[in-house]
Amino acid sequence: MTAIETNSSGKVKMTARDVRVFYGDNEAIHGVDLDVIENEVIAFIGPSGCGKSTFLRCLNRMNDTIDICRVTGSIKMDGRDIYDPSLDVVQLRAQVGMVFQKPNPFPKSIYENIAYGPRLHGLASRKSELDDVVESSLRRAGLWNEVKDRLDQPGTGLSGGQQQRLCIARSIAVSPDVILMDEPCSALDPIATSIIEELIDELKQNFTIVIVTHNMQQAARVSDRTAFFHLGDLIEIGATNEVFTNPKNKRTEDYITGRYG
Amino acid sequence: MSNFSLIVLLLALMAIGYQLGMVRSRKVAAVNLQQKMHSRPHHYGMMVGLWAVIPAFFILVLWTLLSPGVINSMVAAQLPAEALAAEGMNADVIMRRISNLAANFGVVAEAEQWELAAAAYMQQLKSSSALLLTGLIAAIAGAGLFFSYKRIKPQLRARHQIERTIKAVLVICSTIAILTTIGIVLSMVGETIKFFTFVPPADFFFGTTWNPRFSTTGVSEGSLTGSQGSFGLLPLLSGTMLVAAIALLVAIPLGLMVAIYLAEYAPAKFRATAKPIIEVLAGIPTIVYGFFALVTVGPFLADLGASIGLTIRATSALTAGVVMGIMIIPFISSLSDDIITQVPKALRDASLGLGATKSETVRKVVLPAALPGIVGAVLLAASRAIGETMIVVLAAGNSPALTANPFEAVSTVTVTIVNQLTGDNDFASPQSLVAFALGLTLFVITLLLNVVALVIVRKYREQYE
Repeated sequence: MTAIETNSSGKVKMTARDVRVFYGDNEAIHGVDLDVIENEVIAFIGPSGCGKSTFLRCLNRMNDTIDICRVTGSIKMDGRDIYDPSLDVVQLRAQVGMVFQKPNPFPKSIYENIAYGPRLHGLASRKSELDDVVESSLRRAGLWNEVKDRLDQPGTGLSGGQQQRLCIARSIAVSPDVILMDEPCSALDPIATSIIEELIDELKQNFTIVIVTHNMQQAARVSDRTAFFHLGDLIEIGATNEVFTNPKNKRTEDYITGRYG
Repeated sequence: MSNFSLIVLLLALMAIGYQLGMVRSRKVAAVNLQQKMHSRPHHYGMMVGLWAVIPAFFILVLWTLLSPGVINSMVAAQLPAEALAAEGMNADVIMRRISNLAANFGVVAEAEQWELAAAAYMQQLKSSSALLLTGLIAAIAGAGLFFSYKRIKPQLRARHQIERTIKAVLVICSTIAILTTIGIVLSMVGETIKFFTFVPPADFFFGTTWNPRFSTTGVSEGSLTGSQGSFGLLPLLSGTMLVAAIALLVAIPLGLMVAIYLAEYAPAKFRATAKPIIEVLAGIPTIVYGFFALVTVGPFLADLGASIGLTIRATSALTAGVVMGIMIIPFISSLSDDIITQVPKALRDASLGLGATKSETVRKVVLPAALPGIVGAVLLAASRAIGETMIVVLAAGNSPALTANPFEAVSTVTVTIVNQLTGDNDFASPQSLVAFALGLTLFVITLLLNVVALVIVRKYREQYE
């Protein structure tokens, strides 16, 4: 593939080579090569059904939960193959967190939502440690001031934008290296969206973020690099301002200028 | 003419009315070209058919309900007063003799002359009543058919009439269902009140001894009928609860595991086959479970107990409870499976995405989210267990003792009802009437359980919709 673009300035966090995804006999992704660089925000854009979400879900093996889905090729994280049978998928998902399209807090209290992951992985042995993890996660997600007085109330009672930040805080709480975001703002209003976008900008200091979005302005605003997918192929990848101002590929240009998609 | 042939006649009339109405509406439409018919031809047809049948049918029903009473009082008015006085018999008995004679059934003892006369009079009244009814029905049905036929015009809103009729039929049907329930409850209440005139409610609800005796023994000892029996509910209730608790102890873990496996782990194909097969368990006749318990499970449990040094009776609360537990597994597994599948996939993804394993996800996210619904399923299964009869009749040992030992024979409310109503007790004795008090108690308990279960299930449904 000619679309590989290596960024010499950063350390490569994840590498994907010739990744193909099959749903039954149907090939949904046709050999994608892509690098994710540490502490960058990389955006996947493309029309619906182009495979960007499917590819995202390969990065923490969430596609394993779909029976008929099969992934070939290699995806490495810090040089280690994440599809290696000896690798524990539970460990992988603790390192590669995920935020979903629709906010999906557990029907538990706000505190329990955040504490869920740390408890699973034994990250806090005492109650006070757990309290600290919950507080710092909520602070980093910019939610602490809004919820600190009602940690015992259900997370489902928050507004949509707050719920999504709760979900981000929940994934931060297990201190992952990479956070995958699958259209995190598509169910939110513009104000909640801009809050999440600011949050993504801050989280970049500590995490590597891969975000799938339908909203091209959003990709332009939050990401360092952008990858354009179309019909299961990676068409173009590059620095975001390059891709948006001077696309190399005709199809990228057509999509960005709104001629299809 | 008999009612049956009248009904057949009315149905035939309905078909004719339908055809006539359709044909006429088409003709009317052909004449009134500038004006569009309000309804379609078959609506007019149905309207004519219904007008022909429904008024006539109401007359038929009313007549059938009222005419026997009218005829009886007319016959009674004709009876010679001196004959009545001389016989010194109950008027009801006389009327029964007369109507038996009129129907050409035999009567006990020789029929008197005046009785035969009255019977002849009754026969005559009956046949003229039938004749009158046939004429009336024919007239009303014919009139209904004729006038509705004449009314067919483009402006006539036949479709609305049909819709209203259909709605009325549906309302009547649901009313019948509701009234039947109310009727059953009321009849039980009536009998229960009668029972409480023999036995004070406190003795019934808080009595610890169940020993109703036979009503005949009470009479022969010259005391008040049944006052010697003890009608304590508690031993029966404790037996019921014990057996139901054992059943739930068996069914909840098994049913829940089955549900979790089917909903979370089983491949779709396996689930599609396994679920109906498990549901068959609920379709096996309970009497079959009963003798399965009696012949197979009871002796097995007794042997098992003997081998580990426990005395377990072959027919015991344990035997009945275990077998009943197997029977109610599908209630828990099927409902819980539906409820677990309803938990949104997003919640599972969230948990898996945080690095939880599948079993952790089920335990910490899916089951808590589904818990209210599962509790509802368990309560429904519990009310089934409490009302179950045949298994306990055969396998629980039928010994109304106040015990908490599951290895001993017990009796339950349902078994006692069977015992009290079979055999030749007098129906007015407390020994029989107690069955109604027991039935009402049982009804109230299962009703409460069902209400609680439904409220919980409904509350749960609102959470995700």
